[in-house]
Amino acid sequence: MKKQKKLAGLQKRKAISGYIFILPFILGFLLFMLKPMIDSLIMSFQNVELKGSEENIRTFIGMENYRKAFRVDPDFTRLLTEELIRLVVYTLAIIVFSFFISLVLNQEFKGRSVVRAVFFLPVILSSGVILGLESNNQYMAAMQSSVENSVSGISVSAAVESILKTMDIGGAVFDKVFEVIDNIYDVAMASGMQIIIFLSGLQTISSSMYEAASIDGCTRWESLWKITFPMISSLFLVNWIYTVVDFCMRSDNQVITKIQNEMTSKLQYGPASAMSWIYFLFIIAFVGITSFFISKVVYYND
Amino acid sequence: MTKKKAGFNFWERNRLSNGYLLRKRITKYGVAILRAILLFGLCFLILQPVLNKISVSFMEERDLYDPVVISIPKHFTIGNYKIASDPLIMDYSNSLVHSIVVSLTIAILQIAMCTLVGYGFARFQFPLKKVWFALVILVIIIPPQTISSSLYLHFNFFDIFGIIKATTGSPLNLRNSPIPYYLISAGCMGLKNGLYIYMVRQYFRNIPVDLEEAAYIDGCGTLKTFIRIMLPQAKPIITSCFLFAFVWQWTDGFYSKLFFQSISLVSTSLSRIVASLGVYIGRAQGTVQAQLTVARSNQILSTGTLMIVFPVIFLYLFAQRAFVESIASTGIKM
Repeated sequence: MKKQKKLAGLQKRKAISGYIFILPFILGFLLFMLKPMIDSLIMSFQNVELKGSEENIRTFIGMENYRKAFRVDPDFTRLLTEELIRLVVYTLAIIVFSFFISLVLNQEFKGRSVVRAVFFLPVILSSGVILGLESNNQYMAAMQSSVENSVSGISVSAAVESILKTMDIGGAVFDKVFEVIDNIYDVAMASGMQIIIFLSGLQTISSSMYEAASIDGCTRWESLWKITFPMISSLFLVNWIYTVVDFCMRSDNQVITKIQNEMTSKLQYGPASAMSWIYFLFIIAFVGITSFFISKVVYYND
Repeated sequence: MTKKKAGFNFWERNRLSNGYLLRKRITKYGVAILRAILLFGLCFLILQPVLNKISVSFMEERDLYDPVVISIPKHFTIGNYKIASDPLIMDYSNSLVHSIVVSLTIAILQIAMCTLVGYGFARFQFPLKKVWFALVILVIIIPPQTISSSLYLHFNFFDIFGIIKATTGSPLNLRNSPIPYYLISAGCMGLKNGLYIYMVRQYFRNIPVDLEEAAYIDGCGTLKTFIRIMLPQAKPIITSCFLFAFVWQWTDGFYSKLFFQSISLVSTSLSRIVASLGVYIGRAQGTVQAQLTVARSNQILSTGTLMIVFPVIFLYLFAQRAFVESIASTGIKM
């Protein structure tokens, strides 16, 4: 434990200027984050009635909104579980995919910068409204599913899947794996930033380490696990958190859509706040627990 | 192929090395070919929707029903672009100007503030620093949608401790004005601002402190040191954060829908382009809203998407290095 001592002279001046520098954040946090958060927390225990331009009527109804979200609302529990399962599957897939791609992109070959630029393009192209535009359009969605049905007979993954099924290998895990393979486009579109972060880590590993290992008789495969993996393990944590957060904010996230719909078109502010708090708590718990376990295995070189 | 070296050709050298040379060369080319196939496939996967959109946007509707036409239009037209830029549908020229102005001002404001805050976190020791930084991480994690319901009401009945109500009699409705969003941006709570703070802080932490100390000794104040000494060094990270802020604001639908209802932006007008076209055609036919065919809505959507991403792609082509390299140079760590 550090001893609490009184700041004096230069230290005190520096502390004050430090606070001045982060003042915008403090003000912004208190006004635009903390206040709305507390407000929405309170609202989630209330029945909110909008009265035109007048003040709203708020009555305290206890846990009613939460009970409604779980027990009365026909979709919410289903959407929440679906979205959380999707979150786990896709974050894993994105991390593995981006790690693999960054290993490939770290090698020397012609046209590397072009390929890197292409892989980073989704960060720009699939942000905001552009993402999920097609799935929002019901006709397009209908057409897409009919196309998918007609081509599924000829896809390689379907053939492999049916072979594995007849051999009685498989089950729920394999179903998820095949789902990810079929949606590799979504995975590739969501992993631009992660690839760059991994690449930045890979470039900091000095080549002398690999040389020393290979002189001692280490194969490439072994040095991947013994050198590369530990050296960039801290980036797994960064990427994990980034991916989870990114996934939660995607505009095609069904829970978010549900909450927004509840709020803007049905004007159900109480239940909407309750739902968003449930969702938020689940996400925080998920991020907290998983990053705790990941940080256990992270290796710090310094 | 076979280079002459010390009088031996490739096969002789291979024989001398007991076949090691051949094996090594086969592995090398095999890996290169496999890598090329894999990367080509994945790049194609990413680029194909864009290419597809380009070809669809130049087709007439009947081309889409023609089984012979796949990617090269038979009846070439730029009519889709004309329709999409119509004032009633996307109002392209106006919304482009609005979007540029809004994205630029928002990005400048956000990055200016985030740089200040990031520098503060990187260089100064002050009480409760860890707590505040934990809150930055919290801001990164919280989806803005969580607080959107109360944000919505907050600005619908905006008031600072009841001052405005006391003076004018009723709270201010700021929801359809952009002022709240500028305030939010100034408070570093805009779109992904926590991330920018984090990146800037990482960057500043990697710059040695010697320069600043020299400046302090020479009698430079804190603010002056920051502006004169540290800002010029942080150009790369500021550029890339600025580009991100610009692009993400450009395509953002969430805050735009909440605060920019009164003016048309490219992002908001794109998200309702199909409905607008329906209304537009419906008005011509004398009905309320015409049902569009799948092909038609696909076309207009592709055209609209291209029109909104085109400026961004243009930017990306020129500033690709700034986007990619500076993230690599921050050395993100946890």
